[in-house]
Amino acid sequence: MAAETGTGGHAAGMFKTLRTDAWWFEPLWTGLGFLIFTIYANYEMMKGDNYWFSNGAHGFGGYLSPFFSPLLFADTRVWAGAPVAESFFGEAPTWWPTWFPSISAALILPLPLSFRLTCYYYRKFYYRAYFMSPPACAVNPAPQPGKYEGERMLLLFQNLHRYALYAAIVVLGFLSYDAFMSFFRDGVFGVGVGSLILTLNPILLGSYTFGCHAWRHLIGGKKDCFSCDAFNHDKGMKKSYGAWRAVTWLNERHMLLAWVSMIWVGWTGLYVRLVASGAITDFSTWGN
Amino acid sequence: MAERNFRVWRGDADGGEFVNYKVEMEPGMVVLDAIHRIQTHQANDLAVRWNCKAGKCGSCSCEVNGKPKLSCMTRVNDYAPEETITVQPLKTFPIVKDLVTDVSWNYEQKAKIQPLQPRPREADGTHRMQQEDVDRIQEFRKCIECFLCQDVCHVLRNQDRKDAFVGPRFMIHLAQLEMHPLDTADRIPAIKNEYGSGLCNITRCCTDVCPEHIGITDNAIIPLKERVVDRYYDPVMMIWRAITGAGAK
Ligand code: SF4
Ligand code: SF4
Ligand code: FES
Ligand code: FES
Repeated sequence: MAAETGTGGHAAGMFKTLRTDAWWFEPLWTGLGFLIFTIYANYEMMKGDNYWFSNGAHGFGGYLSPFFSPLLFADTRVWAGAPVAESFFGEAPTWWPTWFPSISAALILPLPLSFRLTCYYYRKFYYRAYFMSPPACAVNPAPQPGKYEGERMLLLFQNLHRYALYAAIVVLGFLSYDAFMSFFRDGVFGVGVGSLILTLNPILLGSYTFGCHAWRHLIGGKKDCFSCDAFNHDKGMKKSYGAWRAVTWLNERHMLLAWVSMIWVGWTGLYVRLVASGAITDFSTWGN
Repeated sequence: MAERNFRVWRGDADGGEFVNYKVEMEPGMVVLDAIHRIQTHQANDLAVRWNCKAGKCGSCSCEVNGKPKLSCMTRVNDYAPEETITVQPLKTFPIVKDLVTDVSWNYEQKAKIQPLQPRPREADGTHRMQQEDVDRIQEFRKCIECFLCQDVCHVLRNQDRKDAFVGPRFMIHLAQLEMHPLDTADRIPAIKNEYGSGLCNITRCCTDVCPEHIGITDNAIIPLKERVVDRYYDPVMMIWRAITGAGAK
Protein backbone atom coordinates (compact mmCIF):
# COMPACT_ATOMS: atom_id res chain seq x y z
CA MET A 1 0.00 0.00 0.00
CA ALA A 2 1.51 3.25 -1.11
CA ALA A 3 0.18 6.41 0.46
CA GLU A 4 -0.13 9.52 -1.72
CA THR A 5 -1.12 13.05 -0.93
CA GLY A 6 -4.03 14.90 -2.47
CA THR A 7 -7.57 13.77 -3.05
CA GLY A 8 -7.66 11.56 -6.11
CA GLY A 9 -3.91 11.02 -5.93
CA HIS A 10 -3.15 13.56 -8.64
CA ALA A 11 0.40 14.81 -8.83
CA ALA A 12 0.96 18.27 -7.35
CA GLY A 13 3.65 20.75 -8.36
CA MET A 14 5.04 22.17 -11.56
CA PHE A 15 5.37 19.73 -14.52
CA LYS A 16 4.21 16.86 -12.34
CA THR A 17 2.02 14.17 -13.81
CA LEU A 18 1.29 10.48 -13.42
CA ARG A 19 1.73 10.04 -17.16
CA THR A 20 4.31 7.38 -17.86
CA ASP A 21 4.87 8.11 -21.56
CA ALA A 22 7.41 10.54 -23.04
CA TRP A 23 5.10 13.56 -22.80
CA TRP A 24 8.11 15.92 -22.82
CA PHE A 25 9.22 14.79 -26.25
CA GLU A 26 6.83 16.90 -28.33
CA PRO A 27 7.41 20.23 -26.54
CA LEU A 28 11.13 19.50 -26.69
CA TRP A 29 11.44 18.85 -30.44
CA THR A 30 9.00 21.57 -31.46
CA GLY A 31 10.66 24.05 -29.10
CA LEU A 32 14.12 23.23 -30.44
CA GLY A 33 12.96 23.08 -34.06
CA PHE A 34 11.49 26.56 -34.00
CA LEU A 35 14.48 27.89 -32.10
CA ILE A 36 16.84 26.59 -34.78
CA PHE A 37 14.76 28.22 -37.52
CA THR A 38 14.68 31.53 -35.63
CA ILE A 39 18.45 31.45 -35.19
CA TYR A 40 18.92 30.73 -38.89
CA ALA A 41 16.53 33.52 -39.96
CA ASN A 42 18.43 35.93 -37.74
CA TYR A 43 21.71 34.75 -39.21
CA GLU A 44 20.41 35.48 -42.74
CA MET A 45 19.21 38.89 -41.62
CA MET A 46 22.47 39.78 -39.87
CA LYS A 47 24.71 38.54 -42.67
CA GLY A 48 22.62 40.17 -45.38
CA ASP A 49 24.74 38.73 -48.20
CA ASN A 50 24.65 35.79 -50.63
CA TYR A 51 20.96 36.15 -51.31
CA TRP A 52 21.05 36.40 -55.09
CA PHE A 53 22.37 34.12 -57.81
CA SER A 54 22.26 34.71 -61.55
CA ASN A 55 25.77 33.49 -62.28
CA GLY A 56 26.86 37.01 -63.14
CA ALA A 57 24.13 37.57 -65.73
CA HIS A 58 22.37 40.94 -65.66
CA GLY A 59 19.29 40.22 -67.78
CA PHE A 60 15.95 39.05 -66.42
CA GLY A 61 16.04 36.09 -64.08
CA GLY A 62 17.89 34.66 -61.13
CA TYR A 63 17.40 33.12 -57.72
CA LEU A 64 16.34 35.41 -54.87
CA SER A 65 16.50 34.11 -51.32
CA PRO A 66 13.04 34.11 -49.67
CA PHE A 67 14.49 35.86 -46.64
CA PHE A 68 14.93 38.97 -48.82
CA SER A 69 11.72 38.86 -50.81
CA PRO A 70 10.15 41.20 -51.81
CA LEU A 71 13.47 42.95 -52.27
CA LEU A 72 12.96 46.52 -51.10
CA PHE A 73 16.57 47.65 -51.32
CA ALA A 74 19.59 46.08 -52.99
CA ASP A 75 22.75 46.41 -51.01
CA THR A 76 25.62 46.50 -53.50
CA ARG A 77 28.19 46.56 -50.75
CA VAL A 78 27.62 42.93 -49.80
CA TRP A 79 28.79 39.77 -51.56
CA ALA A 80 26.18 38.25 -53.96
CA GLY A 81 23.55 40.88 -53.28
CA ALA A 82 20.89 41.36 -55.94
CA PRO A 83 21.37 43.89 -58.75
CA VAL A 84 19.85 47.29 -58.03
CA ALA A 85 17.40 46.83 -60.90
CA GLU A 86 15.73 43.95 -59.02
CA SER A 87 14.81 46.06 -56.01
CA PHE A 88 11.78 48.25 -55.48
CA PHE A 89 13.51 51.28 -54.07
CA GLY A 90 16.92 50.86 -55.58
CA GLU A 91 20.19 51.04 -53.73
CA ALA A 92 20.15 50.41 -49.99
CA PRO A 93 20.69 53.65 -48.05
CA THR A 94 24.42 54.06 -47.54
CA TRP A 95 23.97 55.33 -43.99
CA TRP A 96 22.60 51.89 -43.11
CA PRO A 97 25.58 50.15 -41.48
CA THR A 98 26.60 46.87 -43.14
CA TRP A 99 27.13 45.16 -39.81
CA PHE A 100 23.50 45.88 -39.00
CA PRO A 101 20.72 43.47 -40.04
CA SER A 102 20.08 43.81 -43.75
CA ILE A 103 17.47 46.52 -44.26
CA SER A 104 15.53 44.44 -46.79
CA ALA A 105 15.28 41.40 -44.57
CA ALA A 106 14.61 43.45 -41.45
CA LEU A 107 11.67 45.21 -43.10
CA ILE A 108 10.17 42.08 -44.61
CA LEU A 109 10.68 39.29 -42.08
CA PRO A 110 8.30 40.75 -39.46
CA LEU A 111 5.39 40.02 -41.82
CA PRO A 112 5.77 36.24 -42.13
CA LEU A 113 6.96 36.16 -38.53
CA SER A 114 3.81 37.83 -37.22
CA PHE A 115 1.73 35.49 -39.37
CA ARG A 116 3.33 32.45 -37.82
CA LEU A 117 3.37 33.83 -34.31
CA THR A 118 -0.37 34.47 -34.36
CA CYS A 119 -1.19 31.23 -36.24
CA TYR A 120 -3.56 28.99 -34.30
CA TYR A 121 -1.16 26.07 -34.69
CA TYR A 122 1.97 27.96 -33.65
CA ARG A 123 0.09 29.33 -30.67
CA LYS A 124 -0.62 25.79 -29.51
CA PHE A 125 3.00 24.81 -30.00
CA TYR A 126 4.58 27.75 -28.18
CA TYR A 127 2.04 27.98 -25.38
CA ARG A 128 3.01 24.37 -24.76
CA ALA A 129 6.74 24.39 -25.50
CA TYR A 130 7.75 27.87 -24.31
CA PHE A 131 5.01 29.10 -21.96
CA MET A 132 4.41 25.62 -20.49
CA SER A 133 0.74 26.47 -20.27
CA PRO A 134 0.50 23.47 -20.13
CA PRO A 135 3.64 21.69 -21.46
CA ALA A 136 1.55 18.62 -22.34
CA CYS A 137 -1.93 17.32 -21.61
CA ALA A 138 -2.62 16.40 -17.98
CA VAL A 139 0.82 17.72 -17.00
CA ASN A 140 0.82 20.54 -14.48
CA PRO A 141 1.61 23.93 -16.04
CA ALA A 142 4.21 26.50 -15.08
CA PRO A 143 2.94 28.76 -12.28
CA GLN A 144 0.82 31.65 -13.48
CA PRO A 145 1.60 35.20 -12.38
CA GLY A 146 -1.82 36.25 -11.13
CA LYS A 147 -5.05 34.84 -12.42
CA TYR A 148 -5.00 32.87 -15.67
CA GLU A 149 -6.65 34.93 -18.42
CA GLY A 150 -5.85 32.83 -21.51
CA GLU A 151 -5.99 34.88 -24.68
CA ARG A 152 -7.70 37.79 -23.06
CA MET A 153 -5.79 40.74 -21.61
CA LEU A 154 -2.11 40.59 -22.69
CA LEU A 155 -2.69 38.15 -25.54
CA LEU A 156 -5.68 39.98 -26.99
CA PHE A 157 -3.63 40.92 -30.07
CA GLN A 158 -3.88 37.28 -31.24
CA ASN A 159 -7.34 38.21 -32.44
CA LEU A 160 -5.79 40.22 -35.28
CA HIS A 161 -4.33 37.09 -36.91
CA ARG A 162 -6.37 37.69 -40.07
CA TYR A 163 -4.44 40.90 -40.76
CA ALA A 164 -1.19 38.96 -40.61
CA LEU A 165 -2.85 36.57 -43.07
CA TYR A 166 -3.54 39.40 -45.52
CA ALA A 167 0.12 40.43 -45.36
CA ALA A 168 1.21 36.81 -45.82
CA ILE A 169 -0.90 36.50 -48.96
CA VAL A 170 0.85 39.57 -50.41
CA VAL A 171 4.27 38.12 -49.58
CA LEU A 172 3.16 34.84 -51.16
CA GLY A 173 2.53 36.76 -54.39
CA PHE A 174 6.10 38.02 -54.40
CA LEU A 175 7.49 34.57 -53.67
CA SER A 176 5.47 33.20 -56.59
CA TYR A 177 7.00 35.89 -58.80
CA ASP A 178 10.45 34.82 -57.53
CA ALA A 179 9.63 31.26 -58.51
CA PHE A 180 8.72 32.44 -62.01
CA MET A 181 11.90 34.51 -62.20
CA SER A 182 14.00 31.50 -61.22
CA PHE A 183 13.21 29.90 -64.60
CA PHE A 184 15.08 32.64 -66.43
CA ARG A 185 18.72 33.61 -66.64
CA ASP A 186 19.67 36.66 -68.69
CA GLY A 187 16.20 36.55 -70.22
CA VAL A 188 16.62 32.94 -71.39
CA PHE A 189 14.17 30.31 -70.18
CA GLY A 190 15.67 27.27 -68.48
CA VAL A 191 15.54 25.09 -65.40
CA GLY A 192 18.00 24.67 -62.58
CA VAL A 193 17.85 22.74 -59.32
CA GLY A 194 17.33 26.16 -57.74
CA SER A 195 14.25 26.80 -59.92
CA LEU A 196 12.63 23.66 -58.55
CA ILE A 197 13.49 24.56 -54.97
CA LEU A 198 12.23 28.11 -55.40
CA THR A 199 9.01 26.84 -57.01
CA LEU A 200 8.23 24.35 -54.29
CA ASN A 201 8.61 27.17 -51.77
CA PRO A 202 5.44 29.18 -52.64
CA ILE A 203 3.54 25.94 -53.24
CA LEU A 204 4.24 24.74 -49.72
CA LEU A 205 3.74 28.19 -48.24
CA GLY A 206 0.48 28.55 -50.14
CA SER A 207 -0.77 25.23 -48.81
CA TYR A 208 0.05 26.40 -45.33
CA THR A 209 -1.39 29.89 -45.82
CA PHE A 210 -4.66 28.79 -47.38
CA GLY A 211 -5.24 26.20 -44.68
CA CYS A 212 -5.35 29.06 -42.16
CA HIS A 213 -8.24 29.08 -39.70
CA ALA A 214 -8.94 32.76 -40.31
CA TRP A 215 -9.08 32.06 -44.06
CA ARG A 216 -11.36 29.06 -43.45
CA HIS A 217 -13.67 31.37 -41.54
CA LEU A 218 -13.66 34.12 -44.14
CA ILE A 219 -14.07 31.78 -47.11
CA GLY A 220 -17.32 30.34 -45.78
CA GLY A 221 -16.97 29.07 -42.23
CA LYS A 222 -18.60 32.25 -40.94
CA LYS A 223 -21.88 31.30 -42.61
CA ASP A 224 -24.52 29.35 -40.74
CA CYS A 225 -26.04 28.25 -43.99
CA PHE A 226 -24.11 27.71 -47.21
CA SER A 227 -27.21 27.17 -49.32
CA CYS A 228 -29.15 30.18 -48.06
CA ASP A 229 -27.08 32.62 -50.11
CA ALA A 230 -29.37 35.06 -51.80
CA PHE A 231 -27.17 35.58 -54.84
CA ASN A 232 -27.52 32.11 -56.26
CA HIS A 233 -29.35 29.38 -54.54
CA ASP A 234 -27.81 26.36 -56.19
CA LYS A 235 -24.45 27.48 -57.42
CA GLY A 236 -23.92 29.66 -54.38
CA MET A 237 -23.99 26.65 -52.14
CA LYS A 238 -21.63 24.64 -54.28
CA LYS A 239 -19.23 27.54 -54.50
CA SER A 240 -18.88 28.58 -50.89
CA TYR A 241 -19.34 25.05 -49.54
CA GLY A 242 -16.82 23.70 -52.01
CA ALA A 243 -14.31 26.41 -51.15
CA TRP A 244 -14.82 25.79 -47.45
CA ARG A 245 -14.33 22.05 -47.95
CA ALA A 246 -11.11 22.61 -49.89
CA VAL A 247 -9.73 24.92 -47.22
CA THR A 248 -10.81 22.41 -44.57
CA TRP A 249 -8.77 19.73 -46.33
CA LEU A 250 -5.68 21.92 -46.05
CA ASN A 251 -6.63 22.99 -42.54
CA GLU A 252 -6.61 19.37 -41.37
CA ARG A 253 -2.96 19.23 -42.48
CA HIS A 254 -2.08 22.66 -41.13
CA MET A 255 0.44 21.51 -38.54
CA LEU A 256 2.35 19.37 -41.03
CA LEU A 257 2.34 22.15 -43.62
CA ALA A 258 3.43 24.68 -41.01
CA TRP A 259 6.58 22.68 -40.35
CA VAL A 260 7.31 21.57 -43.88
CA SER A 261 6.84 25.07 -45.33
CA MET A 262 8.97 26.64 -42.61
CA ILE A 263 11.78 24.14 -43.11
CA TRP A 264 11.55 24.66 -46.86
CA VAL A 265 11.90 28.44 -46.53
CA GLY A 266 15.07 27.86 -44.51
CA TRP A 267 16.38 25.33 -47.02
CA THR A 268 15.61 27.64 -49.99
CA GLY A 269 17.51 30.48 -48.32
CA LEU A 270 20.39 28.15 -47.52
CA TYR A 271 20.46 26.78 -51.07
CA VAL A 272 20.67 30.27 -52.61
CA ARG A 273 23.37 31.14 -50.08
CA LEU A 274 25.43 28.05 -50.91
CA VAL A 275 25.11 28.56 -54.66
CA ALA A 276 25.73 32.31 -54.49
CA SER A 277 28.82 31.88 -52.36
CA GLY A 278 30.17 29.25 -54.72
CA ALA A 279 30.13 26.52 -52.09
CA ILE A 280 28.03 24.26 -54.32
CA THR A 281 27.15 24.16 -58.00
CA ASP A 282 23.62 24.73 -59.23
CA PHE A 283 23.01 22.22 -62.00
CA SER A 284 20.94 23.85 -64.70
CA THR A 285 20.10 23.96 -68.39
CA TRP A 286 22.00 27.23 -68.70
CA GLY A 287 25.27 25.49 -67.92
CA ASN A 288 27.19 26.62 -64.90
CA MET B 1 -3.14 -16.68 -17.08
CA ALA B 2 -0.69 -14.06 -15.94
CA GLU B 3 -1.34 -11.56 -13.20
CA ARG B 4 -0.92 -7.80 -13.54
CA ASN B 5 -0.40 -5.04 -11.01
CA PHE B 6 -2.99 -2.32 -10.63
CA ARG B 7 -2.82 0.73 -8.41
CA VAL B 8 -6.26 2.14 -7.74
CA TRP B 9 -7.08 5.28 -5.82
CA ARG B 10 -9.40 4.60 -2.88
CA GLY B 11 -10.94 7.30 -0.79
CA ASP B 12 -13.43 10.14 -0.70
CA ALA B 13 -13.55 13.93 -0.45
CA ASP B 14 -11.66 13.80 2.85
CA GLY B 15 -8.67 12.01 1.37
CA GLY B 16 -7.47 8.57 0.50
CA GLU B 17 -4.61 6.63 -0.98
CA PHE B 18 -3.52 4.34 -3.77
CA VAL B 19 -4.09 0.65 -3.10
CA ASN B 20 -2.23 -2.07 -5.02
CA TYR B 21 -4.08 -5.06 -6.43
CA LYS B 22 -2.92 -8.07 -8.39
CA VAL B 23 -5.44 -9.05 -11.02
CA GLU B 24 -5.71 -12.30 -12.96
CA MET B 25 -5.69 -11.44 -16.68
CA GLU B 26 -7.74 -12.82 -19.54
CA PRO B 27 -7.23 -12.05 -23.22
CA GLY B 28 -8.82 -8.84 -24.46
CA MET B 29 -9.40 -7.32 -21.05
CA VAL B 30 -10.02 -3.59 -20.70
CA VAL B 31 -9.21 -1.54 -17.62
CA LEU B 32 -12.87 -1.55 -16.55
CA ASP B 33 -12.82 -5.38 -16.59
CA ALA B 34 -9.87 -5.33 -14.22
CA ILE B 35 -11.68 -2.87 -11.93
CA HIS B 36 -14.71 -5.15 -11.94
CA ARG B 37 -12.54 -8.14 -11.12
CA ILE B 38 -11.05 -6.25 -8.17
CA GLN B 39 -14.57 -5.34 -7.08
CA THR B 40 -15.74 -8.96 -7.28
CA HIS B 41 -12.78 -10.69 -5.67
CA GLN B 42 -10.86 -8.21 -3.54
CA ALA B 43 -12.76 -5.03 -2.72
CA ASN B 44 -16.53 -5.24 -2.82
CA ASP B 45 -16.86 -1.63 -1.77
CA LEU B 46 -14.79 -0.20 -4.66
CA ALA B 47 -16.94 2.52 -6.25
CA VAL B 48 -16.89 2.82 -10.04
CA ARG B 49 -19.43 4.27 -12.44
CA TRP B 50 -20.14 2.55 -15.72
CA ASN B 51 -23.04 1.67 -17.89
CA CYS B 52 -22.60 0.51 -21.47
CA LYS B 53 -19.08 -0.93 -21.58
CA ALA B 54 -19.14 0.05 -25.22
CA GLY B 55 -17.73 3.57 -25.21
CA LYS B 56 -21.11 5.13 -25.75
CA CYS B 57 -22.51 6.26 -22.42
CA GLY B 58 -19.56 8.30 -21.16
CA SER B 59 -19.93 7.08 -17.56
CA CYS B 60 -16.65 5.27 -16.97
CA SER B 61 -14.30 8.26 -17.42
CA CYS B 62 -11.21 8.12 -15.22
CA GLU B 63 -7.47 8.62 -15.51
CA VAL B 64 -5.29 5.69 -16.51
CA ASN B 65 -1.56 6.19 -16.04
CA GLY B 66 -2.18 9.90 -15.78
CA LYS B 67 -4.26 10.23 -18.96
CA PRO B 68 -8.00 10.89 -19.09
CA LYS B 69 -9.61 7.79 -20.64
CA LEU B 70 -12.80 5.78 -20.90
CA SER B 71 -11.87 2.77 -18.80
CA CYS B 72 -14.12 0.53 -20.88
CA MET B 73 -12.23 1.42 -24.07
CA THR B 74 -8.71 1.20 -22.68
CA ARG B 75 -7.16 -2.16 -23.35
CA VAL B 76 -4.90 -3.56 -20.69
CA ASN B 77 -2.39 -4.81 -23.25
CA ASP B 78 -1.83 -1.24 -24.46
CA TYR B 79 0.57 -1.16 -21.52
CA ALA B 80 3.78 -3.14 -21.18
CA PRO B 81 3.20 -6.42 -19.26
CA GLU B 82 5.41 -5.48 -16.32
CA GLU B 83 3.98 -1.95 -16.04
CA THR B 84 1.72 -1.18 -13.07
CA ILE B 85 -1.50 0.40 -14.29
CA THR B 86 -2.60 3.35 -12.18
CA VAL B 87 -6.31 4.19 -12.13
CA GLN B 88 -7.58 7.44 -10.64
CA PRO B 89 -10.77 9.48 -10.61
CA LEU B 90 -11.02 12.62 -12.77
CA LYS B 91 -9.06 15.51 -11.30
CA THR B 92 -11.28 18.41 -12.33
CA PHE B 93 -14.45 17.38 -10.48
CA PRO B 94 -15.11 16.70 -6.80
CA ILE B 95 -14.73 13.13 -5.64
CA VAL B 96 -17.71 11.22 -4.36
CA LYS B 97 -15.92 7.94 -3.67
CA ASP B 98 -12.97 6.06 -5.20
CA LEU B 99 -13.30 6.41 -8.98
CA VAL B 100 -16.62 8.25 -8.93
CA THR B 101 -16.70 12.02 -9.29
CA ASP B 102 -19.54 14.50 -9.16
CA VAL B 103 -19.79 15.99 -12.65
CA SER B 104 -22.93 18.06 -12.02
CA TRP B 105 -21.03 21.32 -12.66
CA ASN B 106 -21.20 20.37 -16.32
CA TYR B 107 -24.97 20.14 -16.32
CA GLU B 108 -25.13 23.59 -14.76
CA GLN B 109 -23.10 24.95 -17.67
CA LYS B 110 -25.42 23.39 -20.20
CA ALA B 111 -28.42 24.87 -18.46
CA LYS B 112 -26.95 28.36 -18.91
CA ILE B 113 -26.83 28.06 -22.69
CA GLN B 114 -29.68 29.42 -24.76
CA PRO B 115 -31.27 26.50 -26.64
CA LEU B 116 -32.02 26.33 -30.37
CA GLN B 117 -34.33 29.09 -31.50
CA PRO B 118 -35.54 27.97 -34.93
CA ARG B 119 -36.82 30.41 -37.52
CA PRO B 120 -40.51 30.10 -38.42
CA ARG B 121 -41.57 27.11 -40.47
CA GLU B 122 -41.93 27.45 -44.20
CA ALA B 123 -45.34 27.96 -45.83
CA ASP B 124 -45.91 24.22 -46.12
CA GLY B 125 -45.27 23.77 -42.42
CA THR B 126 -41.83 22.20 -42.71
CA HIS B 127 -38.26 23.08 -41.88
CA ARG B 128 -35.89 22.39 -44.76
CA MET B 129 -32.14 22.00 -44.41
CA GLN B 130 -29.50 20.91 -46.92
CA GLN B 131 -27.09 18.17 -45.93
CA GLU B 132 -24.19 20.50 -46.76
CA ASP B 133 -25.44 22.94 -44.17
CA VAL B 134 -25.56 20.43 -41.34
CA ASP B 135 -22.43 18.40 -42.14
CA ARG B 136 -20.38 20.49 -39.75
CA ILE B 137 -22.68 20.32 -36.77
CA GLN B 138 -23.33 16.59 -37.07
CA GLU B 139 -19.77 16.01 -35.90
CA PHE B 140 -20.60 17.75 -32.62
CA ARG B 141 -23.60 15.54 -32.04
CA LYS B 142 -21.31 12.54 -31.60
CA CYS B 143 -20.47 13.84 -28.12
CA ILE B 144 -21.22 11.25 -25.40
CA GLU B 145 -20.71 13.70 -22.54
CA CYS B 146 -17.91 11.73 -20.97
CA PHE B 147 -16.36 15.04 -19.86
CA LEU B 148 -12.83 13.81 -20.49
CA CYS B 149 -12.24 17.05 -22.40
CA GLN B 150 -13.49 19.05 -19.44
CA ASP B 151 -11.20 17.05 -17.17
CA VAL B 152 -8.06 17.58 -19.24
CA CYS B 153 -8.64 21.26 -20.11
CA HIS B 154 -6.01 23.12 -18.12
CA VAL B 155 -8.29 26.14 -17.76
CA LEU B 156 -10.59 24.04 -15.58
CA ARG B 157 -8.11 21.43 -14.38
CA ASN B 158 -5.17 23.57 -13.28
CA GLN B 159 -6.09 27.23 -13.58
CA ASP B 160 -9.34 26.76 -11.73
CA ARG B 161 -11.32 29.15 -13.95
CA LYS B 162 -14.62 27.30 -13.75
CA ASP B 163 -15.98 30.73 -12.90
CA ALA B 164 -15.11 32.11 -16.35
CA PHE B 165 -15.05 29.26 -18.90
CA VAL B 166 -17.71 26.67 -19.72
CA GLY B 167 -15.11 24.25 -21.11
CA PRO B 168 -14.59 22.49 -24.45
CA ARG B 169 -17.65 20.24 -24.25
CA PHE B 170 -19.90 23.29 -24.11
CA MET B 171 -17.92 25.17 -26.72
CA ILE B 172 -18.89 22.42 -29.17
CA HIS B 173 -22.45 22.64 -27.94
CA LEU B 174 -22.37 26.37 -28.60
CA ALA B 175 -20.81 25.84 -32.03
CA GLN B 176 -23.52 23.34 -32.85
CA LEU B 177 -26.19 25.93 -32.03
CA GLU B 178 -24.43 28.92 -33.57
CA MET B 179 -23.73 27.14 -36.87
CA HIS B 180 -27.20 25.69 -37.11
CA PRO B 181 -28.87 26.82 -40.35
CA LEU B 182 -32.28 27.25 -38.70
CA ASP B 183 -31.16 28.98 -35.53
CA THR B 184 -31.89 32.67 -35.06
CA ALA B 185 -30.44 33.33 -31.61
CA ASP B 186 -27.26 35.37 -31.16
CA ARG B 187 -24.91 33.85 -28.60
CA ILE B 188 -21.72 35.64 -29.70
CA PRO B 189 -21.70 38.22 -26.85
CA ALA B 190 -22.25 35.45 -24.30
CA ILE B 191 -19.61 33.26 -25.94
CA LYS B 192 -17.07 36.03 -25.44
CA ASN B 193 -18.14 37.27 -22.03
CA GLU B 194 -20.02 34.66 -20.07
CA TYR B 195 -18.81 31.41 -21.62
CA GLY B 196 -15.21 32.61 -21.91
CA SER B 197 -13.98 31.73 -25.42
CA GLY B 198 -10.92 33.91 -24.71
CA LEU B 199 -9.84 31.65 -21.85
CA CYS B 200 -9.08 28.77 -24.19
CA ASN B 201 -5.49 29.01 -25.43
CA ILE B 202 -6.08 26.39 -28.15
CA THR B 203 -3.51 23.97 -26.78
CA ARG B 204 -5.82 21.19 -27.99
CA CYS B 205 -5.72 18.72 -25.11
CA CYS B 206 -9.50 18.42 -25.33
CA THR B 207 -9.15 17.26 -28.94
CA ASP B 208 -6.37 14.85 -27.96
CA VAL B 209 -8.47 13.00 -25.38
CA CYS B 210 -11.92 13.00 -27.01
CA PRO B 211 -12.95 9.34 -27.45
CA GLU B 212 -15.34 10.37 -30.23
CA HIS B 213 -12.49 12.10 -32.10
CA ILE B 214 -14.41 15.33 -32.38
CA GLY B 215 -12.27 18.17 -33.74
CA ILE B 216 -13.17 20.24 -30.70
CA THR B 217 -10.53 22.93 -31.05
CA ASP B 218 -10.27 23.18 -34.82
CA ASN B 219 -13.89 22.75 -35.77
CA ALA B 220 -15.72 24.36 -32.86
CA ILE B 221 -13.59 26.60 -30.64
CA ILE B 222 -11.47 28.32 -33.28
CA PRO B 223 -14.45 29.01 -35.59
CA LEU B 224 -16.25 30.53 -32.59
CA LYS B 225 -13.19 32.61 -31.74
CA GLU B 226 -13.18 33.87 -35.34
CA ARG B 227 -16.85 34.83 -35.04
CA VAL B 228 -16.02 36.73 -31.87
CA VAL B 229 -13.22 38.49 -33.78
CA ASP B 230 -15.74 39.56 -36.45
CA ARG B 231 -17.91 41.12 -33.80
CA TYR B 232 -15.43 42.57 -31.33
CA TYR B 233 -11.88 42.82 -32.63
CA ASP B 234 -11.74 43.30 -36.40
CA PRO B 235 -11.50 47.10 -36.84
CA VAL B 236 -12.42 47.05 -40.54
CA MET B 237 -15.52 44.95 -39.95
CA MET B 238 -16.54 47.14 -37.03
CA ILE B 239 -16.26 50.29 -39.14
CA TRP B 240 -18.10 48.61 -41.99
CA ARG B 241 -20.94 47.65 -39.66
CA ALA B 242 -21.07 51.15 -38.22
CA ILE B 243 -21.39 52.66 -41.72
CA THR B 244 -23.76 50.18 -43.31
CA GLY B 245 -25.56 48.91 -40.25
CA ALA B 246 -25.09 45.48 -41.80
CA GLY B 247 -23.71 42.26 -40.40
CA ALA B 248 -25.81 42.01 -37.25
CA LYS B 249 -27.40 38.61 -37.09
S1 SF4 C 1 -7.90 23.71 -26.55
FE1 SF4 C 1 -8.91 25.17 -25.17
S2 SF4 C 1 -10.72 24.11 -24.43
FE2 SF4 C 1 -9.37 22.56 -25.33
S3 SF4 C 1 -8.18 21.80 -23.60
FE3 SF4 C 1 -7.00 23.45 -24.52
S4 SF4 C 1 -7.56 25.30 -23.42
FE4 SF4 C 1 -9.11 23.76 -22.94
S1 SF4 D 1 -16.46 16.36 -26.67
FE1 SF4 D 1 -15.52 14.34 -26.63
S2 SF4 D 1 -14.33 14.32 -24.74
FE2 SF4 D 1 -15.76 16.01 -24.57
S3 SF4 D 1 -17.52 15.22 -23.50
FE3 SF4 D 1 -17.95 15.01 -25.69
S4 SF4 D 1 -17.21 12.97 -26.25
FE4 SF4 D 1 -16.34 13.45 -24.24
S1 FES E 1 -4.21 29.42 -38.36
FE1 FES E 1 -2.21 28.90 -38.92
S2 FES E 1 -1.86 30.44 -40.40
FE2 FES E 1 -3.81 31.05 -39.69
S1 FES F 1 -19.10 2.34 -19.71
FE1 FES F 1 -20.13 3.53 -21.19
S2 FES F 1 -18.51 4.64 -22.04
FE2 FES F 1 -17.46 3.29 -20.74
